[in-house]
Amino acid sequence: MQLPWLQQASYQRRFVILSQDVNKSAREVDHQFWWFALSGLLLLGAMITGFMIGPAGPTWWRIPLELLNRLPLISVDSGVSASDWNIVWQIRAPRVVLAVIVGSTLSISGASYQGVFRNPLIDPYLLGVAAGAGLGATAVFSFRDSPTSTWIIDPLPLVAFLGAVIAVMITYFIGTAFNEGRSSVSLVLAGVAVTSLATAIQTFILQRNNDVIRQVYSWILGRLSSATWGDVRLVLPYVVASTVVLLLHRRLLDVMRVGDDEALALGVNVRRVRLVVVLAATLGTASVVAVSGLIGFVGIIVPHAVRLLAGASYRRVLPLSVLLGAAFLVAADIPSRVLANPAETPIGVVTAFFGAPFFLLLLRTRQTSQ
Amino acid sequence: MRKLSLVGVAGLFLFSLSACSSSSETTDTTVAVETASYPVTVGDLTLESQPMRIVSLSPSATEMLYAIGAGAQVVAVDDYSNYPAEAAALGTMLSGFEPNVEAIAGFTPDLVVIAYDPSNLVEQLNALSIPVFIASAAVSIDNVYEQIEQFGVLTGHAAESLQLSSQLQTDIEAAVAGITLPAEPLSYYHELDNTLFSVTSNTFIGQVYALFGLRNIADNVEAGNDYPQLSAEVIVSADPDLIFLADTKCCNETAETVAARDGWGLLKAVTNNHIVELDDDVASRWGPRVIDFVVAIRDAIALVTAG
Repeated sequence: MQLPWLQQASYQRRFVILSQDVNKSAREVDHQFWWFALSGLLLLGAMITGFMIGPAGPTWWRIPLELLNRLPLISVDSGVSASDWNIVWQIRAPRVVLAVIVGSTLSISGASYQGVFRNPLIDPYLLGVAAGAGLGATAVFSFRDSPTSTWIIDPLPLVAFLGAVIAVMITYFIGTAFNEGRSSVSLVLAGVAVTSLATAIQTFILQRNNDVIRQVYSWILGRLSSATWGDVRLVLPYVVASTVVLLLHRRLLDVMRVGDDEALALGVNVRRVRLVVVLAATLGTASVVAVSGLIGFVGIIVPHAVRLLAGASYRRVLPLSVLLGAAFLVAADIPSRVLANPAETPIGVVTAFFGAPFFLLLLRTRQTSQ
Repeated sequence: MRKLSLVGVAGLFLFSLSACSSSSETTDTTVAVETASYPVTVGDLTLESQPMRIVSLSPSATEMLYAIGAGAQVVAVDDYSNYPAEAAALGTMLSGFEPNVEAIAGFTPDLVVIAYDPSNLVEQLNALSIPVFIASAAVSIDNVYEQIEQFGVLTGHAAESLQLSSQLQTDIEAAVAGITLPAEPLSYYHELDNTLFSVTSNTFIGQVYALFGLRNIADNVEAGNDYPQLSAEVIVSADPDLIFLADTKCCNETAETVAARDGWGLLKAVTNNHIVELDDDVASRWGPRVIDFVVAIRDAIALVTAG
């Protein structure tokens, strides 16, 4: 697929990118440590706050004391009863940990997708992950005979995961089958087509089984409220594998910012890098979508916020996206569980409602300062 | 005539349905009246002692709990549990669709009743050692009697629940027996909302109509879908004898708004004014008020056969 205007624009951009990097790199290395320290502290702060605030359970200031008490060799009298601690540990803690996992995975996947496709508008759901998982979830809600039937394993995350992976595989094989050269644009277009197809099938199934619309709708909005330690254990291996693979590709993604041909000339196997990064990012995204539904906004906004703050090099964008994406989702989950108490506010609503103004502010201040 | 023999006829006139759904009766009932022996087991669930702090996230279950005299044991309900008035007065506004587990646990319940598990709710509550009873949506009228009796066993009101279920059964049978049905079965259309979603005879709602031998125009419209969305063309060409509106509260539909719809003005049900405005809640819950639904259908048929 040839799109001359797109090629022209990207030629103009890649020289700007290169010259920016040369000018900035010396200054940014000094700042690098502080960005990591600050992001780490933000994440830690968000997690401790996340442990402390909720609609029930012990008084908030007792919880850090009890957390200290639980550490080896330290004994503090926190005055937290066993049943109160149970609420914190069994209900709140898995939520916080799952928010860390989901937030970091969506952010690093989004950043990686944006890197391999050199397209700032891409989010981790683009290649069909969202629609495939949504179709899988809809099928489970519609066709399992009874919501309380005793399955050996819960089919919902499994089928959602399979739906996501199958959708991306179809996208990948169609998008790369017919043209060797410009596979990045045709991949994105194939993703759009597969998304439309899967969404159409999902809508058709839903229309014929409208008694489950409410369940499917709340799944699509995404939630951390149903988090259990089982969910955390279920996704952790995939998410860790995906994050490690993506972090290992951070330098190659930097090279690919200049364009496929130039990266090839520099000895990078562009096709293989793109395949591995897409597979790893899809694995991570599909896993977290399977347990938390479609939490929007995180995967596109966090990487851009990181770029605005710390520069565009993937050596910083990827690890900082992990830390800040996690911190952002943990923080967003707090209003989600207390705003509409005793009901829940969907997490996707909170991420967009608080995240969008913050991002606009950031965009505005960074533009005026440059 | 299931279960009728268990209670004896004496209970029937002592315990009229109007009394059981009235608010004064349930609050008078002290919990210690019955000496139920625990542990009790219903299905997979075993309760070691009488639950005194019940949280209900199902409007139908809430109505049953209050109707069998277990209302004093209910501490919190969901935001759809608007009946009876004492349940609504709890003002606890929990959500059964987007449940906040911490908020539920904050009531320190010793029994949580739900209609379905939206996602991991049972697992999360069990992690806090809170027992959960799932009273799934009824698929038949017998399910209603059965669930009322299950709640009786669980809450220590077994005798009252048996009285209620057999009274309900008697009243429903009396309502059905008290009317002469026309030789040719009447056809009907049950409207769930103003985008023309309906129900088939396979649903609980459809089975209530089937008691009177009514013919559902939504049957066989769409194979395999018990809640089909009908097109206006299907409804107009079927020209049902009766139209039941179960969307008077959700969507403010009335006999007038239906008559004003394009192309509906010449329908039999519209010209003869055989449009029945139901209470959305009564016509969708599988609780003790199902008798009100049955009576509304009977009265509508009486209107058609008289005219």
